Amino acid sequence: MARHVIAPVDELPPGTRKFLEIDGRPIAVFNIKGEYFGLLNRCPHQGAALCEGPLIGLAQSKDPGEIEYTKLGEIIRCPWHGWEFDVRTGQSYCDPRRFRVKAYPAHVEPGANVVKGPYVAETIPVRVESDYVVVEL
Amino acid sequence: MNIQFRESSEAASPLTAKTAIADCDIHPARATRTELYPYLAKRWQHHLEIYGVHAYQGMMEGPPYPKAQPNASRRDAYPPEGGPQGSSLSFMQTQHLDPNNVQLGVLNPLNAGQGIRNHELSAALCSAINDWQIDKWTSKDKRLKASIVVGNEDGLSAAAEIRERAGDKNFVQVLLLSRNVEPLGQRRYWPIYQAAEEAGLPVGVHAFGFGGNPITPSGWPSYYIEEMVGHSQCQQSALASLVLEGVFERFPKLKMVMIEAGFGWAPSLAWRLDKAWQRLRSEVPHVKRPPSEYIREQVWWTTQPMEDPERREDLFDVIKWIGWDRLLFATDYPHWDYDEPSRVLPPGVSDANREAFYLGNARKLYGID
Ligand code: FES
Repeated sequence: MARHVIAPVDELPPGTRKFLEIDGRPIAVFNIKGEYFGLLNRCPHQGAALCEGPLIGLAQSKDPGEIEYTKLGEIIRCPWHGWEFDVRTGQSYCDPRRFRVKAYPAHVEPGANVVKGPYVAETIPVRVESDYVVVEL
Repeated sequence: MNIQFRESSEAASPLTAKTAIADCDIHPARATRTELYPYLAKRWQHHLEIYGVHAYQGMMEGPPYPKAQPNASRRDAYPPEGGPQGSSLSFMQTQHLDPNNVQLGVLNPLNAGQGIRNHELSAALCSAINDWQIDKWTSKDKRLKASIVVGNEDGLSAAAEIRERAGDKNFVQVLLLSRNVEPLGQRRYWPIYQAAEEAGLPVGVHAFGFGGNPITPSGWPSYYIEEMVGHSQCQQSALASLVLEGVFERFPKLKMVMIEAGFGWAPSLAWRLDKAWQRLRSEVPHVKRPPSEYIREQVWWTTQPMEDPERREDLFDVIKWIGWDRLLFATDYPHWDYDEPSRVLPPGVSDANREAFYLGNARKLYGID
């Protein structure tokens, strides 16, 4: 599994996302409340750039009339047909048995590690004193 | 605001050489509220400013059900220069027409002046939108063809608009909507069919329109999703009316296109009509043949939204009944239930049927070589 430096942390504050292409694959990396997640930016339904959709919450209901709205800002809704996926896992909520979008682990590494480690930084000049968002695929 | 857009949304579609297609349902939009003014007499510009438009459905502005995504459109279809989805020709070209290799695109403007209570205003707006379609779209991109928008509730002025546009190669069909004041087979709409038949233009019946009646046969529903599936119910009653009022019998060269209401229901509607007709034929002696015969001879169907059954064989069974020569591919761009051309047809279709489905049928029907 190759690791890729995708941005210095301060370029990806909470609530934002970054789009990039790694090894020919469209990837989006999200910062959700300080945690980082990577997703393949292609909807398994008909191929839209999934991660361009809005981040919403998860509406669920045990009984008609009772609505629970959770995971605020953690559900990505496809810009085409509105299918919903969990950014943390890539799980689909309409048909979890058949559809899932590939999720890639992402996290922060200090510059010192990144400079030494097996990381590929395609466009970002890496300095030892910063922290970097790294995605694995 | 938690939405961010990449610079180039069109990258979503792989840019490899794609099958040439006809897209028989594209929705162009006005970039601004006043974009039609250059085509409208001052009298109507002022009327709009002072009174607005008065629709058939009471006491509300806009459609009764708020649309998803928003504006019922793909979230990635906002033109970079601003304005609503579908309002920019150059963005439509880069996001849809070029990458999807669209060779023929049929424009179906919605909210374009049809179904307004003031029939003179309705006629003026429809005529304006037709001029606008030529100026802004079809004269600028030869792949695009327009539908003649008519004030359908006044059959006579609608027919006049059709006759005025007849023979103009910018137009390839007459556009009606499925929800009207009365079912579409009623006499008030006959002048439209007559003019269309004379002009040799198919009549497209697109889902939507707000004729003031409840949106489903069982009343006003709670949810947008009910409105969505209600389109097929509405189209069924429109089609039954067209058959049973004798429209197809009276206008044997008339071609109808059912747009954006599915087609999985077509066989069962036809079977039920045939069965009832065998028993009740004397009530409608002007319907001389089994209803299914008219339907199969005079009706075409656009694909979006295609039913999506678990077993694709089920879909093929329906298509076999309808005929591979009767389906017209459509994406519904830029709307949110858009169908991606390369993903929409399941495998297992012969090359000849594929070609007819994606391009050949539309070319033939609309007379485009
Ligand atoms: S392409 Fe994403 S929901 Fe259809």
